[in-house]
Amino acid sequence: MNTSGQETKPLLEVKGLSKVFPSTVALSEVDFTLYPGDVHVLVGENGAGKSTLIKLITGVHHKDGGVILLEGKPIEPRSPRHAQELGISTVYQEVNLIPTMSVAENIFLGRQPMRFGMINMRAINQQAKQLLRGFGLDIDVTRNLSSYSVAIQQIIAIVRGVDLSAKVLILDEPTSSLDRHEVERLFSVIRSLKQRGIGIILITHFLDQVFEIADRITVLRNGHKVGEHRLAELTKVQLITEMLGKELTAALDNKQVTAREDGASTKPFLEVRGFARHGMIEPFNLVIRQGEIVGLAGLLGSGRTEIAHLIFGIDQNDQGEAFVKGEQVNLSSPRKAIQYGFGLCPEDRKVEGIIGELSVRENIILALQARMGWFNYLSRQKQDELATQMIEALHIVTPDAEKPVKELSGGNQQKVILARWLVSNPEFLILDEPTRGIDVGAHAEIIQIIKRLAQEGKAMMIISSELAEIVDYSDRVVVLRDRKKLGELEGNEINESTIMQAIAAN
Amino acid sequence: MELESKDAYSGQDAGQKSRNGGFRITRPKGGDSRALWTLVALLVILLSGRLISPNFFEIRMVNDRLVGSLINILDSSAPYVLLAVGMTLVIAVKGIDLSVGAVMAICAAAAVVLIRNYENGATAFYFQPGFVILITIVIGAVCGLFNGVLVAFLDLQPIIATLILMVAGRGVAQLITGGQSPTFTNDAFAFIGRGVVFGIPFPILIAVAVLIAAIILVRRTALGLLIESVGVNDRASYYAGIQARMIKLSVYMLSGMCAAIAGMIVAGEVKSADPHKAGLFFELDAILAVVIGGTALTGGRFYLAMSALGVLIIQSLLVGLYVSSLHPTTNLVVKAFVVLAVLLIQSPEFRRFITKPFRRTS
Repeated sequence: MNTSGQETKPLLEVKGLSKVFPSTVALSEVDFTLYPGDVHVLVGENGAGKSTLIKLITGVHHKDGGVILLEGKPIEPRSPRHAQELGISTVYQEVNLIPTMSVAENIFLGRQPMRFGMINMRAINQQAKQLLRGFGLDIDVTRNLSSYSVAIQQIIAIVRGVDLSAKVLILDEPTSSLDRHEVERLFSVIRSLKQRGIGIILITHFLDQVFEIADRITVLRNGHKVGEHRLAELTKVQLITEMLGKELTAALDNKQVTAREDGASTKPFLEVRGFARHGMIEPFNLVIRQGEIVGLAGLLGSGRTEIAHLIFGIDQNDQGEAFVKGEQVNLSSPRKAIQYGFGLCPEDRKVEGIIGELSVRENIILALQARMGWFNYLSRQKQDELATQMIEALHIVTPDAEKPVKELSGGNQQKVILARWLVSNPEFLILDEPTRGIDVGAHAEIIQIIKRLAQEGKAMMIISSELAEIVDYSDRVVVLRDRKKLGELEGNEINESTIMQAIAAN
Repeated sequence: MELESKDAYSGQDAGQKSRNGGFRITRPKGGDSRALWTLVALLVILLSGRLISPNFFEIRMVNDRLVGSLINILDSSAPYVLLAVGMTLVIAVKGIDLSVGAVMAICAAAAVVLIRNYENGATAFYFQPGFVILITIVIGAVCGLFNGVLVAFLDLQPIIATLILMVAGRGVAQLITGGQSPTFTNDAFAFIGRGVVFGIPFPILIAVAVLIAAIILVRRTALGLLIESVGVNDRASYYAGIQARMIKLSVYMLSGMCAAIAGMIVAGEVKSADPHKAGLFFELDAILAVVIGGTALTGGRFYLAMSALGVLIIQSLLVGLYVSSLHPTTNLVVKAFVVLAVLLIQSPEFRRFITKPFRRTS
């Protein structure tokens, strides 16, 4: 839907683009067309191939198949710099400019107007000011970039990118850390770029924003293109089903609800009221009962992980209160949360979960040892016992307990982190994407363990992008979108279709 | 702490629980072959010393004190071993402590000023030599606290944070002594640096005692595990409930305390405190010793005894150079080359590279 209204030739055309990495096919024969003056949004869950596509277009990676045409001519971008010279600029979520230089210097970095062999600062400042005014931004360009908000920095990065005579502008999740007002501001810049006939590729996880700014939407999943739509012909439910790869009609099997025999399930373990943190998640209430599995459903960036971080004390709430077994508590750090009987298997296993160089044994006893304190050292015999027990109970595949945990496969690393919590006997476990990136066998085993733990009366909160999984084990499902809790589904209501419709609900 | 009911998760029976009853799996040593090669390097250096000077290995008893090159090596190693103990722990949490030399100067200055008060007839209990020692160690701990707060709580880069005290520390020492290098005569305090017990110089005994105490502290408690965990991945450690900041803070404090003892040894040896020279550049040899000992600057696994071995290598080299007929001006260059050689011989890649031409014949 180009704004000029007449038939236009595509600005950027990608045909049959493929990329193979040693272990996976990251992108498989993807077609993608960008018209001048269009905002073309790329959506898809983690690993869908969005960033691979961008990296091929910008020359970070090199394609294994297919063609990229810019204004009808084939191009072979060698590096991001080369791509920029060709007219393709990229602005990332983390602004990659120099925070300690002035706004004007940043805009003209590497191409400063010179006079008498010196940088002509006056010229730079004047030109920069003019340039920014053109985008409705009237700021002091002599101040350091770092003295401005992320939104302004992003606009500056965009202006710089566009001023480098860009024809195509790629925005990689620019709105992730912006608030509503800042997003508006960014969008107005985007709209003025459209007027100039620049083609914009936008990656975002925020559905509402997709429907606000997009002209055209391409959905990727597992490296394949699953759909391309004009905004007008697409509904939210359709988009979500495509992103998650489910057929609405095929997913109507309701959950088999098995009544629990014990009455304990009604006793709340954790209750939070009006919990929120500015810029992370809007206020929500949540009750988690003993022996209950609560699933958090929503797309990437919907606030799932943010809820886990707030409850586990990694980030602190700036509103609301929390109660454990009816008593008000202050969840100010993971250590506090652990003392109340919480445990967390984090989303990013490598960065937040495992202690790579340490052995399986040491990783398993770590949380328990941290709780017992420095001087109450578990005897080596006890450590070996616990490690061996867990290796057997969770079928952790490792030659022995002394193997550095980083040498294990993803699934086994996940089991080690589960084991770490199980030996410290928690009452409430938060699992953030417990089955991501692990092989099928381990996958089934981990689901088994989760169900067994619930039967033992542990309360659990599980985040997963796999809807089928959530439907399978959840007693209750909390639905999230765009950093907001939309509602809850319970018992018979839980099936993939109702969840997707709930996510899409207005 | 509840530890029972673990078997409940296993679908199968856990009757094999005691299978490993008395069986101990040894601690995974990243430096097993490394330890061997480091020892080889030390022996080579000592034997070279023996070649240069025939009585290099000779140890005699003179006035109830053992003398000889080997004793000199141990004696001059003592303050470095103390620093290396603290430095190893700091490096294990991905830090570095450049300030230890300056902290030595501060502590030496403070101790000597206090002991001079005692000599001049001050009667307050805290001027007693015993209390002076205690106070000095507390001063070292406070210096470490300063570093630790900057690194652990204000998130400054360790190299910058400790550089502050490295520079400022000598100024503080000068302020304490009023710009002088005060001397003292009290033999009780000087015993720390020049005393002899059963013929063995007292500093050696202090260093050995502190080394053993440190090893017990970190390996018989959970501290060692927690330090390594924080060093490898402080974020994941924090998520597992470890007080990562407190661990970092405490290792910097331990490092400061070690530097305080080293400062008193140096002051005791010469019965004075020179704010400019006491402990000057000691931090660099301490860091070098830790690296030779195999503790990586990237943090994680650490080896206290190996760091001490690293100190011995450096000091054997210096004593060897001292007895050699080489002109002293060549010392630093020779030291640099030998250290390089030691680091290369420890590297499996380098050994493979060197032995490759000989293996190709097969």
